[in-house]
Amino acid sequence: MAVDIAPVPVAARPAPKPAAFRRTSPTATVLLLLGAAYCLLPVLWVLVASTKSASELFNTFTFMPSTHLFDNIAFLSSYRDGLYWRWMVNSAVFAGGGAAVSTLVSAMAGFALAKYTFRGKSLVFNLVLAGVLVPAVILAVPQYLLLAKVGMTNTYWAVLLPSFISPYGIYLCRIFAAATVPNEVLEAARMDGANDWRAFVRVALPMMRSGLVTVFLFQFVAIWNNYMLPFIMLGDDKLFPVTVGLSGLLNQGATQPAMYTSVVTGAFLSIIPLVVLFLTLQRYWRVDLGAGAVKA
Amino acid sequence: MKTKGAPYAFLAPALVLFAAFLAAPIVYAGYLSLRRVKVSGLGLGAGARTEVWAGLGNYARSLTDPEFVPSVLRVGAYGLIVVPVMLGLALVMALLLDAGRTRVGTFARTSIFLPYAVPAVIASLLWGFLYLPRVSPIVDVLDRVGITAPDALSSSWVLYAVANIAVWGGTGFNMIVLYTALRAIPTDLFEAARIDGASDIQIALRIKIPVIGPSLVMTFLFSLIATLQVFAEPMTLRPLSNTISTTWTPLMKVYRDAFVRNDIYSAAATSVIIAAATFVISYGFLKLVGSRAFSQEN
Repeated sequence: MAVDIAPVPVAARPAPKPAAFRRTSPTATVLLLLGAAYCLLPVLWVLVASTKSASELFNTFTFMPSTHLFDNIAFLSSYRDGLYWRWMVNSAVFAGGGAAVSTLVSAMAGFALAKYTFRGKSLVFNLVLAGVLVPAVILAVPQYLLLAKVGMTNTYWAVLLPSFISPYGIYLCRIFAAATVPNEVLEAARMDGANDWRAFVRVALPMMRSGLVTVFLFQFVAIWNNYMLPFIMLGDDKLFPVTVGLSGLLNQGATQPAMYTSVVTGAFLSIIPLVVLFLTLQRYWRVDLGAGAVKA
Repeated sequence: MKTKGAPYAFLAPALVLFAAFLAAPIVYAGYLSLRRVKVSGLGLGAGARTEVWAGLGNYARSLTDPEFVPSVLRVGAYGLIVVPVMLGLALVMALLLDAGRTRVGTFARTSIFLPYAVPAVIASLLWGFLYLPRVSPIVDVLDRVGITAPDALSSSWVLYAVANIAVWGGTGFNMIVLYTALRAIPTDLFEAARIDGASDIQIALRIKIPVIGPSLVMTFLFSLIATLQVFAEPMTLRPLSNTISTTWTPLMKVYRDAFVRNDIYSAAATSVIIAAATFVISYGFLKLVGSRAFSQEN
């Protein structure tokens, strides 16, 4: 096919501008604003609700803000000696560590699949695809049973190790390596006496950089959002990520309604880091899932 | 590149991790699914409980479990709501952004993408509160005009309530994927049609949607896979609603069998069934649409 699309970054056309000669459409504006309102509504609610005291939460108008945000944060922070902040740190360790290692592992594997011919290449590639089609979360229970055999459940490693492998990350890295690292450049590096590893680290990795940021973000979000794996693997609530911790707090709320305020405040605080990450790195969210298919 | 061992060295970490955390669990689940515990005597003392081969007994038990089939049907209905609604909204929003006939594009794109930053557990928590009649602004508004709104978490509405959370969380990401594909279409593909007087809608239907076909296929595939493994949303809503059972979805049943009933053999059999079904459905879908997605380029 003639359309040759590099998966990242796509810069075929500049962002659309409502130029003077093209009329703006009120229908388009209204539809987009409705979509935005639907998506912002729960986020606005949690912002407002986290300012309410326990007695106000269920008894004042939904979107009427109050003045108790800092009281709520202080109360949440004092809960079992700052357990909530441990959960946030755990989430950062799981997502940051898991995404960093899995990006490197994926980059190496993707580079090998894109730039070498070797025996067993199709087998490896088909394994990667099978891995994409059968998501790891379905394997969480068998993973738990296996890790229990070697006594590794209820440790950081129980959540980190399964996060290190990402078939989808390998798949993406293979596309990035094929699209952004020319063979001639690798050959030139070899002429200069670089071995394969140096060529990969010094030449290929820098060229794949923006694609690797995308893979890192993908994995980071996937691990940060994961619930089932840590929920199954961890028994000690000091090791919980924030998702598992907060859903446990919500369970307690059923018997102690005062906990609901902490749940809401905790939910609000927990989405701030990811929202900031998204807004600052928005330009890397341009992955073209169809690129592998369009490239003939 | 010529060094012989190099590709294997680059692949080694991935292959080791793949074997340990994806292949081994599947094999182990397959093994466990064919085993059972045999209790001799009163089941007391060492050696009274031994593991023996069970044939396909666990599979038969899983498939005939009165709670398994309803959970599968429930997830099927859930997928029939979530996937078309989410991808339909994502496509419409992406086309509206791409048409460029609005000044709120950047704001709308950022806002609609925002829920992707919210974990499913937190999203379920937020919506869970918003569903409570005492908090819900919708119930509040309807009350003032004299209409009694239905309880979103009652048994007849809870499926839609969970589906709404998934649609909310997934539309933005799919919109960005489709929008990225739309931006990559060269302008000359539709500029001629525009000069001939084709409307934006005609251009979208006749040119833009067919061209981004591969991206639509991929978003459909990933949405389908995500749908089959729904777990976090209903688990989080459970404390707020008594209409969500412990076996509401197949994965919840796996969890209950393994950790509440300590029946790892039955849980393993159900895991294998879900993994196989996911693979067959997604692979079958790719074959059905004849997609060259995932083909090796060289």
